[in-house]
Amino acid sequence: MEEINLLVQGFGVALQPQNLILMVAGIVLGVLIGVLPGLGGANGIAILLPLTFSMPPVSAIIMLSCIYWGALFGGAITSILFNIPGEPWSVATTSDGYPMAQQGRAGEALTAAFTSSFVGALIAVVMITFVAPLVAQFALQFGPPEFFAVMFLSFACFIGLSKGSPMKALAAMTFGFLLAGVGLDGVTGQLRMTFGSIELMRGIDVLVVVIDLFGLSEILVSIEEGLSFKGARAKIDLRTVIDTWKKLPQHWALALRSSAIGCWMGITPAGATPASFMSYGVARRMAKDPDSFGKGRIEGVIAPETAAHAAGTSALLPMLALGVPGSPTAAVLLGGLIMWGLQPGPMLFVEQKDFVWGLIASMYLGNIVGSSWFWRRCPGSPPFCVCPSASSRQ
Amino acid sequence: MRGPTLKGVEIATAVALMAAGGIAIHDGLRVGAGWSGDGPQSGYFPYWIGVILMLASVANLASALKPRAGQAALFATWPQLRLVASVLIPTAIYVAIIPFAGIYVTSAALIAFFMIRFGAFRGLTALPSGALAAGIAFAVFEIWFLVALPEGPLETWLGY
Repeated sequence: MEEINLLVQGFGVALQPQNLILMVAGIVLGVLIGVLPGLGGANGIAILLPLTFSMPPVSAIIMLSCIYWGALFGGAITSILFNIPGEPWSVATTSDGYPMAQQGRAGEALTAAFTSSFVGALIAVVMITFVAPLVAQFALQFGPPEFFAVMFLSFACFIGLSKGSPMKALAAMTFGFLLAGVGLDGVTGQLRMTFGSIELMRGIDVLVVVIDLFGLSEILVSIEEGLSFKGARAKIDLRTVIDTWKKLPQHWALALRSSAIGCWMGITPAGATPASFMSYGVARRMAKDPDSFGKGRIEGVIAPETAAHAAGTSALLPMLALGVPGSPTAAVLLGGLIMWGLQPGPMLFVEQKDFVWGLIASMYLGNIVGSSWFWRRCPGSPPFCVCPSASSRQ
Repeated sequence: MRGPTLKGVEIATAVALMAAGGIAIHDGLRVGAGWSGDGPQSGYFPYWIGVILMLASVANLASALKPRAGQAALFATWPQLRLVASVLIPTAIYVAIIPFAGIYVTSAALIAFFMIRFGAFRGLTALPSGALAAGIAFAVFEIWFLVALPEGPLETWLGY
């Protein structure tokens, strides 16, 4: 059990007071980034990257990865309370999280979201610690056909997941593909569907589409119903938390399955967003009464949140072991590694043991810090109130 | 209560998406939708995605046109749509002005306008509130996070 020894050493690195402070600061900044629509985990880390120039690499990566965990946690809050996903990966959470909040079960939904985030991330970190070498070796053999198959599977899941007619889902999805196809073709350098517009050359940013479709449309719907903004209020008291926790163990199979989907989608570069959708779709398919999804089922919060966090965490595995980013955020972190003078790839495990295991230990600690921070100051603090108006101004 | 029916809106959506598919097919053919020596040409994916979008929209159009119960249901009533327009139109104007006046000044104006128009606040309260919100956004994005958002003459005058 060499891993255990190395992990203990890693905890020694991560528990240094300076690193602990950076961890907390990173989580707080990350939550702020997570609840602000339009400022995603990857952008947030990219913006804060210069702050880390003067830090030792271990401290820098601990802070940046904690920003990432914070953003993952923060995305769920606005999804549940306002139906506005702060991040693309929390879109699937809105389908059941927001109805739950409307029914006055916001506390329950938030507790379920944070607990399942924690479980998903924890399972993924354990996986990184022990299974990393094996899985990474397997994923190394992936070529374009395998990537295509994974993508195709998740798109097929989108259609299976749709509530209405599959044809409408297909039309909406292909329209999305077309929007993504606008701009410069990365392979041939030809311009597609720009019709002479310089603005369109850069393509259409996914965040713009997501905020418009989910944020703006929700605001317009609430106006249609008489200009009353329906951000659900949530109070998390200890009682709600304990009552929800009593209910959660019966969903252990769902949590395990969602974590497995998340880990898989994180290692293959699919990322947290398809993982959350796929996990939600599978949960819906396998339920006895699929029609009750979308109306406030707690499973509809557990499944996407567990998978998103498992995927977000395990996306760091190929980055560390192979130098291949598993998600946009991991790609930014990879840029950071090179900037700090470290060569990503298998040699990192041999030459920079302190760095790798310090980071892995900080994943354990960061998730504990993240969840405990939440129980104390969930809703009511300014970022959550600012959010809807911020999105309406985009 | 009167207003556009669900059926009408479904037909309009299907037709609009068919048009989008048509644009993609047209542009795909323009840049080449075939297979060249080194793989698919630039228009290959837009072309076939356009075709799939067309087919799916035709199916949606057919199902919308098929007589069914509950098709007289309203999408929204006219008064509801008027409410939506009262927010959507100022917001669209706001977006149109941003490239010229910058995002901060226009945001201040939009917030003040909404507060006066819908919130029944007095100008004395609304104008400083708008300015304050824009100022905070400026501090967060321009100074703290160094995100370059569209700026206008005022920011240039201030030296940013």
